[in-house]
Amino acid sequence: METTIAGQIIDLNNEGYLTDLNQWNKEVAAQIAQEEGIELTDGHWPVLEYLQEQYRNEVPLSIRKVGKSGVVDIKQFYALFPGGPLKKASRIAGIPKPASCI
Amino acid sequence: MKDLVILGAGTAGTMMSNHLAKRLPDDWRIRIVDQRKIHHYQPGYLFIPFGTYKEEDIIKPIQQFIPERAEYIQQSILKVDADHNRVYLEDSRVLDYDVLIIATGTDIAPEEIDGMLGDHWHKSVFDFYTLDGAVKLHEKLESWEGGHLAVHISEMPIKCPVAPLEFTFLADAYFEQRGIRDKVKISFVTPMDGAFTKPVASAHLGHLLEEKGIEVVPNFNIMSLDGERKVITDYEGREVSYDLLVTIPTNKGADYVERSGLGDELNFIPTHKGTLQSKAKENIFVIGDATNLPASKAGSVAHFEGEILLENVMRFINGKELLDEFDGHANCFVETGHGKALLIDFNYTHQPVSGTFPIPGVGPLNLLKESRMNHMGKMAFKWIYWNMLITGKHIPFVSSKMNEAGKNFEEANV
Repeated sequence: METTIAGQIIDLNNEGYLTDLNQWNKEVAAQIAQEEGIELTDGHWPVLEYLQEQYRNEVPLSIRKVGKSGVVDIKQFYALFPGGPLKKASRIAGIPKPASCI
Repeated sequence: MKDLVILGAGTAGTMMSNHLAKRLPDDWRIRIVDQRKIHHYQPGYLFIPFGTYKEEDIIKPIQQFIPERAEYIQQSILKVDADHNRVYLEDSRVLDYDVLIIATGTDIAPEEIDGMLGDHWHKSVFDFYTLDGAVKLHEKLESWEGGHLAVHISEMPIKCPVAPLEFTFLADAYFEQRGIRDKVKISFVTPMDGAFTKPVASAHLGHLLEEKGIEVVPNFNIMSLDGERKVITDYEGREVSYDLLVTIPTNKGADYVERSGLGDELNFIPTHKGTLQSKAKENIFVIGDATNLPASKAGSVAHFEGEILLENVMRFINGKELLDEFDGHANCFVETGHGKALLIDFNYTHQPVSGTFPIPGVGPLNLLKESRMNHMGKMAFKWIYWNMLITGKHIPFVSSKMNEAGKNFEEANV
């Protein structure tokens, strides 16, 4: 599904996640964040970069992993991305929704 | 003489010892290490709380399934020294290896959640991922008069991710059978955004929870448990109170993995997802729940990995390029209660789909559809497990790579 975000054509899956990280940039992130009700601040970017790096290295992500990353602890992660931090942060970071089961 | 050592004699390790005994050249010695004497048929844990299986129905001696060619060493593992190709055992024995296969799986770690262990453990808070937990839960359920049952997942990943849902369905049927369903409130508390998170499964199965009157509490990441107040609290301060909590605690890989510096923060081992070679060392391979792969932690996955791992170990010792072919294939029966089950089949890229299995267009099993035949398949699987799966025999019609024929992918590619 193609859509226009921050003046660019972006491919999204039907849950609103980017299908190509190459189409991501900070403006795109800011607009998706707004849809999630989040105003991006200096505290958000290191988390988004960390998630992208893990994704590129094919490391499966979990809230615990983020909490132990040294970038944020779990409480800060919740404070930055309230109500489902990993799912929201992944969407804003332009990476796939974290794997789950059925 | 060359040495291949397998760590872990559960589903994956036992199966690999049997595969390798048939294929490795005669100048290779096979040794397999595990601290236990008894092999548990782990899919059977689910049925113990409801009295369908008893302890003795799901255990057999490990030794019975280890091929003659392999030596079984019953001992705890202290450490792997990957730089020097050595395994240290607790009795101070040292095993040198040319190739190491790690298959030590995952176990529950209730100590990871603040307050989960305590006087209430196995009294009002239970697990069913251990034989002990499942047996104690059975005793509790038999005498329970009703109240609020919360079925709870602490964090992902967990072994057999559908088991908590199956437990919930079976509990619903069990209380109905006992005539106390109206005295029991059942909640399903999960860190995921729903009981079924993938759209196709959700569309096919979402109605099941509603029909059975099960409340779902999504996006709940547990921070702590208060055994006295009987309350669990998440990181956002939400509370769920319970009379009986059946939790899936945090799952972790074995402790020696941490001591060996081979694991991630949950002691799962970084592994190449197509080849099953460890990322740490070329001569270390990993299979089953011990890996960090984005596949389900389930016996069926270990089974599918087994064929590719066997091929890759053979290629490795012959200096050939590895097959990069494991596709994350998983195949699970999901009990839905009242003698019915459904069947799901999926891999890294394809979510569970509808269609037929294992023979395209024929079945006899139906994917994503409740049926008695699927339940019979699940019950028959115990025999297949002991007699074919862990002994490394080929299961007819079931291939390691997901078969795309006879499945309705057009509605799955979302």
